[in-house]
Order: sequence, then structure tokens, then C-alpha cells
Amino acid sequence: MTSLIKTLTSKPWLSGEDDFGAPVDTNAFQLDDSKVGLRVFFAVATSLFLLFIVGYRLRMSYEDWVPLQEPMLLWLNTGFLVAGSIALELSRRAFRSDDMGRARLTFYAGGLCSIAFLVGQLLAWQQLSQAGYLVSSNPASSFFYLLTAVHGLHILGGVGAWAWALPSLQPGGNERRAGLSIDNCALYWHFLLLIWGALFYLLLQS
Amino acid sequence: MAYADQDHGHHEGPDAFIWKYVWSQDHKVIAIQYGCTAIAVGILALVLSWLMRMQIGYPGSLEFVDPTAYYQYVTMHGMIMVIYLLTAFFLGGFGNYLIPLMCGARDMVFPFMNMLSYWFYLASVLILCASYFVPGGPTGAGWTLYPPQSILQGTPGVDWGIILMLASLAVFIIAFTMGGLNYITTVLQARCRGMTLMRMPLTIWAIFTATVLGLLAFPALFVSAVMLMFDRLLDTSFFMPYIVHMGQALDTGGGSPVLFQHLFWFFGHPEVYIVALPAFGLVSDILSTHARKNIFGYRMMVWAIVAIGAISFIVWAHHMYISGMNLYLGYFFATTTLIIAIPTAIKVYNWTITLWNGNIVLNTPMLFAIGFVSTFLIGGLTGLFLGNVAVDIPLSDTYFVIAHFHMVMAIAPVMVVFAAIYHWYPKMTGRMYNETLGKWHFWTTFLGTYLIYFPMHYLGFEGMPRRYYAYEGYEFISESAHSLNEFITVAAIAVGVLQVLFLINMVWSLKAGKEAGPNPWGATTLEWQTPDTPPCHGNWRDELPVVYRWAYDYSVPGEEVDFIPQNQPRSATEQSLSDSGGEGQPQGAPA
Amino acid sequence: MALAIVLILMVVGSVIFHFWSPWWFTPLASNWGAMDDTIMITFWVTGFVFIAVNLFIAYCVIKFRHSPDRKAEYEPENHKLEGWLTGLTSLGVFAMLAPGLIVYTDFINVPEDAVIIEAVGHQWQWSYRLPGADGALGKADNRNITFDNPLGIDPDDPWGQDDIVVIGEPAHIQLDQPIKFNLRSKDVLHNFYVPQWRAKMDVVPGLVSYFWLTPTVAGGFEVLCAELCGVGHYNMRSNVVVDGAVDYKRWLAKQITFAESQGKQAPGGDPVARGEKLAKQNGCLACHSLDGSRGVGPTWKGMYGRTETLTDGSTVIAEDAYLAESITDPNAKMVEGYAPVMAAYPLGEEDLAAMIAYFMTLSE
Repeated sequence: MTSLIKTLTSKPWLSGEDDFGAPVDTNAFQLDDSKVGLRVFFAVATSLFLLFIVGYRLRMSYEDWVPLQEPMLLWLNTGFLVAGSIALELSRRAFRSDDMGRARLTFYAGGLCSIAFLVGQLLAWQQLSQAGYLVSSNPASSFFYLLTAVHGLHILGGVGAWAWALPSLQPGGNERRAGLSIDNCALYWHFLLLIWGALFYLLLQS
Repeated sequence: MAYADQDHGHHEGPDAFIWKYVWSQDHKVIAIQYGCTAIAVGILALVLSWLMRMQIGYPGSLEFVDPTAYYQYVTMHGMIMVIYLLTAFFLGGFGNYLIPLMCGARDMVFPFMNMLSYWFYLASVLILCASYFVPGGPTGAGWTLYPPQSILQGTPGVDWGIILMLASLAVFIIAFTMGGLNYITTVLQARCRGMTLMRMPLTIWAIFTATVLGLLAFPALFVSAVMLMFDRLLDTSFFMPYIVHMGQALDTGGGSPVLFQHLFWFFGHPEVYIVALPAFGLVSDILSTHARKNIFGYRMMVWAIVAIGAISFIVWAHHMYISGMNLYLGYFFATTTLIIAIPTAIKVYNWTITLWNGNIVLNTPMLFAIGFVSTFLIGGLTGLFLGNVAVDIPLSDTYFVIAHFHMVMAIAPVMVVFAAIYHWYPKMTGRMYNETLGKWHFWTTFLGTYLIYFPMHYLGFEGMPRRYYAYEGYEFISESAHSLNEFITVAAIAVGVLQVLFLINMVWSLKAGKEAGPNPWGATTLEWQTPDTPPCHGNWRDELPVVYRWAYDYSVPGEEVDFIPQNQPRSATEQSLSDSGGEGQPQGAPA
Repeated sequence: MALAIVLILMVVGSVIFHFWSPWWFTPLASNWGAMDDTIMITFWVTGFVFIAVNLFIAYCVIKFRHSPDRKAEYEPENHKLEGWLTGLTSLGVFAMLAPGLIVYTDFINVPEDAVIIEAVGHQWQWSYRLPGADGALGKADNRNITFDNPLGIDPDDPWGQDDIVVIGEPAHIQLDQPIKFNLRSKDVLHNFYVPQWRAKMDVVPGLVSYFWLTPTVAGGFEVLCAELCGVGHYNMRSNVVVDGAVDYKRWLAKQITFAESQGKQAPGGDPVARGEKLAKQNGCLACHSLDGSRGVGPTWKGMYGRTETLTDGSTVIAEDAYLAESITDPNAKMVEGYAPVMAAYPLGEEDLAAMIAYFMTLSE
């Protein structure tokens, strides 16, 4: 922070200490482009979910709010999501310690957990609609479908990226790419777990 | 970077044209695709504005302009101009073209995603235009799409138009997000050596900040669009209270239309700055170049951009002073809104002081740039009326508002669009535009828009309400106001038609313009220092540039030439100068 | 050079235009003169800046135009100047904001003695509810709306029994009496706007918004809608008459109360009167004129028995069956040249007959 303030108050028309010989290196983060891009995307997604949450909280305060009984299945689904996150974290660590075989297996496991989560969410929708809670039944159930759908689409996007990364993990694949994919998937999985945690807490609260 | 390797194979073979100009991942081609698409859809919106003006100036003169059609024009004109023309042009067009070149990068960091961004944008435009071919036509809910009206009978296009509009916006937001991730990451990661943050041209600062605003604000539009779509298609009640509509009770209840407005304007106000900030940045660089003088108060300009960006997130409800929201919020939002005027005013001062003691070359880009300062001044000042809650109450929803936001958000940014196109045309095409045609274009546009919008403020004072299909039979509207409306209509159509001067100039100069050379303006920024003009794919042949100085070394004392490119190493004289003086101002500088 | 001259001419022209302009505020008719004052403060502050900056630019363009022998000054920044400008701007902003907020405080604090009147917006018409002898309005909710209770007054609330409902006619209010307008909507957003009063406010379904004023000029005033509310928006008009105390009391005494109006429309009553009332309550007249002029929909004058050309090219005689269908399913057979924007009104047989009886009187 102080260095940022220092940068922003520097006078660029003066010759800095960096000039005459070697101009400064500008890559401040020492991170791969894809990792920086992913973090920027987190900011966007956070803004998106925060706004949904704000909408939810505001809508909750109107008179016609009827709390929804969430299916117990959601707990199981949450478990899948946690497991997926753990698996990818293990994969990341295995890759760090050059254990490619383990990295691969745990990477598969992480993706499959997410697929299981998605299937579980669909089942939860089915249970709810069979219990008579349709999208338009009341605002709480509208929000339930809306929030889980938006979150599910983000997971689905992650699964897409995961599937796309699979070839690079095979023997003879591009190892640099494999490493980046594992890192980015792991980070994305953690992020979506956090988001789900917040959403789930909110849904249970109502 | 394995740039050269990637690129090979595209240039040879029968598909070369397709790969080079259609499925291109080159930021410059994508920029031009964005720009041309935006201009094309902008022309549609311009024509719609003529039809509206015909109805206002000469009611009933066009048989087919009935209230339904009129409200559809209002909606499509507004939405296209704000989102699909201005946002797309500044960020997708200029952002794409200038970020890598000005930062000294070879391309955006995610070229494939950049290409996808354009194709998603094109898809969103096509979805939007498709609404003219569905039963009921496009939505006529106004560009703000306020529910419940936008999804109830009694508003045009409630069957299909509104669905396509919301879908198109969602696709546009996805396109913007893909582009925006690129712009941010490229500025953060791909600046060439020596390009420190404070050496970036203001264009980059402004586009960067605008992109941050967009990435954080567009989700609000996305959220409101998705929820409105649910209300329309799945009969939810996010925004729908209990309604008795045309004599029948609807099966809705409990929701709040004001909630939609909060979400919409949480996007909508930063959106103003998403358009305005890039304009600020571009015009700063153009003014500085053609005044042959450094931009005055560079640091203040950077801080102002960042401050405006930050404050723009806490002013949104000044669009809602009389929306029925809690009235106590008015205090807060009036205060923040007038506070944001201060950094904005500083920017205006600094542009004008840049002219002071300059060596001003009045060519077409410079004329448009000064035209921007003048038109933005009016728009900004009238904003002080509407931002101040007690002053806003009588004026809101009148023609004063129309005049205000067209000045500040339509005319002023469009002045910059033209200034920037003329300014960078030689770099984009390698040829000069025609100066005479360019000047004619400026004079007609500048004077014409002034004639359109200046008197319009007075119609607002008189209380003429906006979004009216007809004004017949209202006693408080004077007879002469109708004559003034005729005058405005004539001026508007004339200005619109004369934009053809611009199109002719662009197309004609492509072939017939004189060779421009690499740096016709004597500009300092990196895009003018490329080895090829127009720059090749990859921008910098074998070696990336290295930056030794800020972007505004114009008329440096003691130098032969009146500009020093950013990538020119410092000379010995400069060394001694800055060692002794410190401030770089030998004539005795203020503290 | 030309630019400088144009900028100067522009400034001069703007000033001349301002003083010459016949377009200015409508004569004030309420206590909100302070709003006009804040506008004028802002006007002069911003007008000064407008003139100063444009003239400064013009001066620079003349004085510092390009010459190959000259060199521009090199001046990265000037803290003192920037500080002064920032300070002066802040001062100007404060000079505009402070009076604005003071006036605003008045605007949001309704005086104790204000009489509450309700204005209800619906597509595309205004209705009013005034307190009767007890001086207070009863509760109301859209859920209570029926044919005989178009504003949804709570039938069980004793305070509402003597309320006076004004539909399709001008409402009267009392001169120099502070009035709080409570605003309700039955359907979409509207905005209650009387230009001469300055104050205005959105009308939002699902909540009650308000504003207050003291009318200071007697006479009739046009009420407009200032928030886009669909195709009939521009035609959503009404009138308010400001009366002196005596005239107001006289007018009020002639009105019938809510309780009196209940059950009056027994089935079998005069169908023409019922049809006319239906037309007024449903806001039909915003789109269908009675004088032959063209609106969003076809005029009702002479409609009954007229031969209409439909969008598919066929013709139809507008008689009972076609008219009834056009009310209950308006998009089934559209008259050529009109857009399909009307909602279906599922009226009962009796109401349809009443509407048609009413149409017949308009063709006589």
C-alpha cells in the first residue's frame, strides 16, 4: 500500500533512480498472466454474487417472505464441494513435489466431485419442485433456484476448464500448462467453495 | 514470447484473409471490428433519433410513427447509444487498439478470449436487432427497462422484445467481461520495461479505471436483467408488487420496483464514467500532443481519474431522488454527487491550462478535442443542477435532463470518438485523412449539436416532460415551444446527415489519403514509435521497446525537437538538468 | 482562430439567448419558490464558469496558436494554482449544495397541519381520494379493488366510509392549505407532476410515496405523468382545481362519499352509465378518444357500426360480436395501422353489454 502511494505520488517527469541504466521491470506480481486474469475474474464474480446477496437480503425484508425448507441433500452436496476443493489442493501439492501420478488422480477426483455436486443440486431442485416449491411459488424459492443456478453455472464453467486441462496432465503433456491448470483450478474451486459457503449460509438463515 | 511461431501459418494458404481479418486474434483487427460494428449499429440509433425528432417537431408527419413505434425508438436509441456504441467503442475499440500499443506489448495477454469477446459482442448486437423482426417488435420500456411496466401489456414489445433485450444485455456483459479481463491483465502484466504506472499515458489510466468500473458495475446490470427475465418468463415476483393491471389482479406480489432501480443505477451511474473516463484519457493525450505541451498536472489527472472511479460507486441514487425511495437518502447522494464534481472540474481546468502557453496546432483532432472540453463543460455544469436534490425535483424527467445527458454523455464523448479516430487514423491505416473534410465535419457537428441542445435546456425549464409522444393540448407548454421543437428537429437531422462527411473521409482516405509516415503528429507515446505503420501483427518486430521517460515530454527546454518519444534514452543534458533543478523547470518553478 | 471567434460568439449568443428566451419557468403556483431560487443560484454559479472557461479557451487559442518559431512552455504542474482552483471549486460546490439541502429539508418534512389527499395512478389516468367530514383517509390497498371500489378502500375501516373518490373529473383542493399528496399506483410506475407546483414524485406500486405543497394560486392546473408508463404515457392527464375555502367547501359538499357509492350500481342499472364508468375506471380514454382524434387505439366516436379494415386485409363491421371480442381478446382481429399493445379485459357479459350500449351512444 505504501509503495502504491509512493508510486502514485512520484513525479514521472523527473529522472528516477531507475533511468539511465536499466529501466525498471514492470511485472509487479511475479505471476503468470492466467493467474492474474483469474484473480481479476474473482473480483467480477464476487461483485456479481454480492449483488445477488444484497438483492436477496433486501427482498427478504418485504412482507410476503416465506422461509423455505432447504432439502437435506444440500449438506451432502456441500460435502462434495469441500471434497473437490481438498482434492485439488492435494493435487496442487503433489504437483509441487513432482508426484505426477498422485497429482493426476487427485485432479480427476476434484473434477468428479464437482460433477457430483452438480448432479446433487439438480436432485435438490427435483425434490423441491416435487414438494411443491416451484420457481414462482414464493420469493424464497425463486431466489433458491436463481442463486443455485448462477452458482451452478460457475461450477459448470470450472468443470469445462478442468476437462480442457485433462490432456496436458497425461504423460507427455505440456507440463507447464499442467501446472498452471492445476493451480488455477484449485484456486477456482476454493473460490467457488467460499461463494457457496456464503450462499448456503444465507439460504439456511432465511 | 513465442509470438512469431504462433503467427505463422496464418499468413499463407487460402484462408489468409479469413484468419487475418475475420477470425483474427490481433488486438488491432479486433479493435477495428469493434469500432465498425459500433458505428454500424450507431447509425441505426441515429436514424431512430431522427424519427423521434420528426414526431416531436412535426407531430403526425410520419404515418408509421405511432406511439408504439415512438417508444420503441426511444428505447432502442438510448440502449444502443449507451451500451452498444459508446461502451463498445471506447473499450472494445480504443481500449483494444491502444492498450497493447501504448503499453509496449505485442498483443493482449489472452488473444483468443479477446477474439471471443468481439464475437459475443456481435452476437449481442444481432440479438438486439433481431427484436425488430419478432412479433410485437422491440421493447418500448425506455432504456432503463423499469418494471413492472417493462414486462406488462401496455408497453410495446412485451412478448418478445423485452426478452431479446435482456438476453442481448446478458451476452454483451459476457463479451465485456472477456474483453475487460484482457484489458486489466494486459495493463498489469504486459507493460514493456520502463513503463512504470506513472509513465503510462492518461489514455491507459483512464481506460484501465473505466474497465475496473465496468467489471464491477456490469454485474449489477446482469443481476437485474436476470431477475427481470425470471419475473417475465417464470412469473416470479422479484420486482413485482401486488398489481391490478387494466382491471385485473395479477398473480404477483411482494416485490419492489425500487429494488430494480437501485440495482440498475448501481450499474447505470458507473456506466456514465465507463464512457466518460476513456474520453477524458484520450482527450488528454490529444490535447497535449497538438498543443505541443505536456498535459498540465499529470499527477492530479491520475488521482482525479481514480477518485472519480471510486466515488462513482456511491452516487447512483441521484437518478432516483423522486423514485419513492427513502427520502433521507437524498442528503447522502446529493453530497457525494456534488463532491464528484470537484475532481471532474479539476480535469476541465487542467485541459484548459494545458492550452495556456502551448503552441497550439488547430487540426481536426485538436478541434474536436477542444470541442469536447466546451461541450463537456456544459454537460458537467448542468449536472450540478440535477445532482443537487432540491434543484433536481422540478427539473427531473423534463427536457433539461435530456439536454444534460446528451451534452455530457453523448455529444462530449462522441467529440472524443471523432477526435481520436482522426488522431489515430494515420497509425491505423498508414494514411492521412482529408483535413478540409475533417474541419467541415467538426464545424457542422460542434455548432449543430450546440444548436440542438442548448435551447433544449430552456424547454426543460418550461417543464416540458420527456418521453412524450405528443405535446398537443397542454396549456403550460407555450406555442413558441413547438416552433423551437421544429428548429431542433431540423438541426438534429442536419447534424445527423452531415456525419456522412466523416464516413466519406474515412473510406476515401483509405485509398486516396497521403502517406502518413510513422509519426505525423510528432507524438511521444509508444504507438507512434512502432517499426511498421500500420503496426504488424505483434506490433514490435523482434524487440520490445524500452521506456525511459513519461508520455509528455513535449517542448522540453534545451531540446532541438519539440517532442521526445518515450523510448528515447535520456541525454546528458537532461541528466544534468534534473540533477541541478529537480523540478525540470529551469525558468523558476513554483513549489 | 475561427475556433476562438466561434467560442466567443457562442458565449455571447448563449447570454443573449438566455435573456431573449421566451421559454422559462411556468408561473409559480405553490410555496416552492425556494426551489426556483436554488436553481437560480446554480444557474449563476455555473453560468459564470461556463463563460469564464470558454473565454479562457478562446484566449488561449488566439494567443498560443502554432508558430514554428515558438516553443511551448514546459510546466508539469503548479501546486499553488491547482490548490486555488480546487479550493474555489469546492467553495462554489458548497454554495450550491448548502441551500439545496436546506430546501430539501423543508421538502421532506411535512407540516403538521397538512391535509392528506391521495392521488392514484393507473394506466393511463389519475384518480383522487379526499378526506370527508372526519378529515382523515381510511386504509386502502390494491387487494380491495373491485368494480365498485376502484381505489381499493378498506370497506371495514370506519375512517374510509366518508372518503370522497374522484375519478375522471378534476379534483379540488383548498388554496393556501398545506397538502400532503399520498401517491399510490395500481399497476406501474407513474409520476405526479404539476409543472407550476415544481414538486413532483414517482408513484410506485407496492408502496405509498408522498410530497407536500401549499398551493398559492387559485385556478385549474394540468396534472401530467412524468414517468414513462407505457404507450399511453403522454396522454395520462388530469386536472386539479385550486379553490378558495368557500368554493372548496361548496364543492366538497356536492361529492358523494365512499359509503354512499357502495351498492349503488345494482345489476340492471343504466347500462350506458355503467359502460361510461367502466371506460373511465379502466383508463380506456387515454388511448381511445371520444372526439374522433387518432390515439394509440381507434377513436370510439362513430366506431359502432363502422366498417374497419383489419391487418390481414379483410374488413369487419364493428358491431356487438366484434367489439366484445376486441375487449376480451384485443389482438385477435387488429384494425390496420394500430399496434397490438392493448391488454385483454375479461369483462363479464353484463359489463360487455354495458360497454357496447355506451359505444352505441357515441355513434349517434
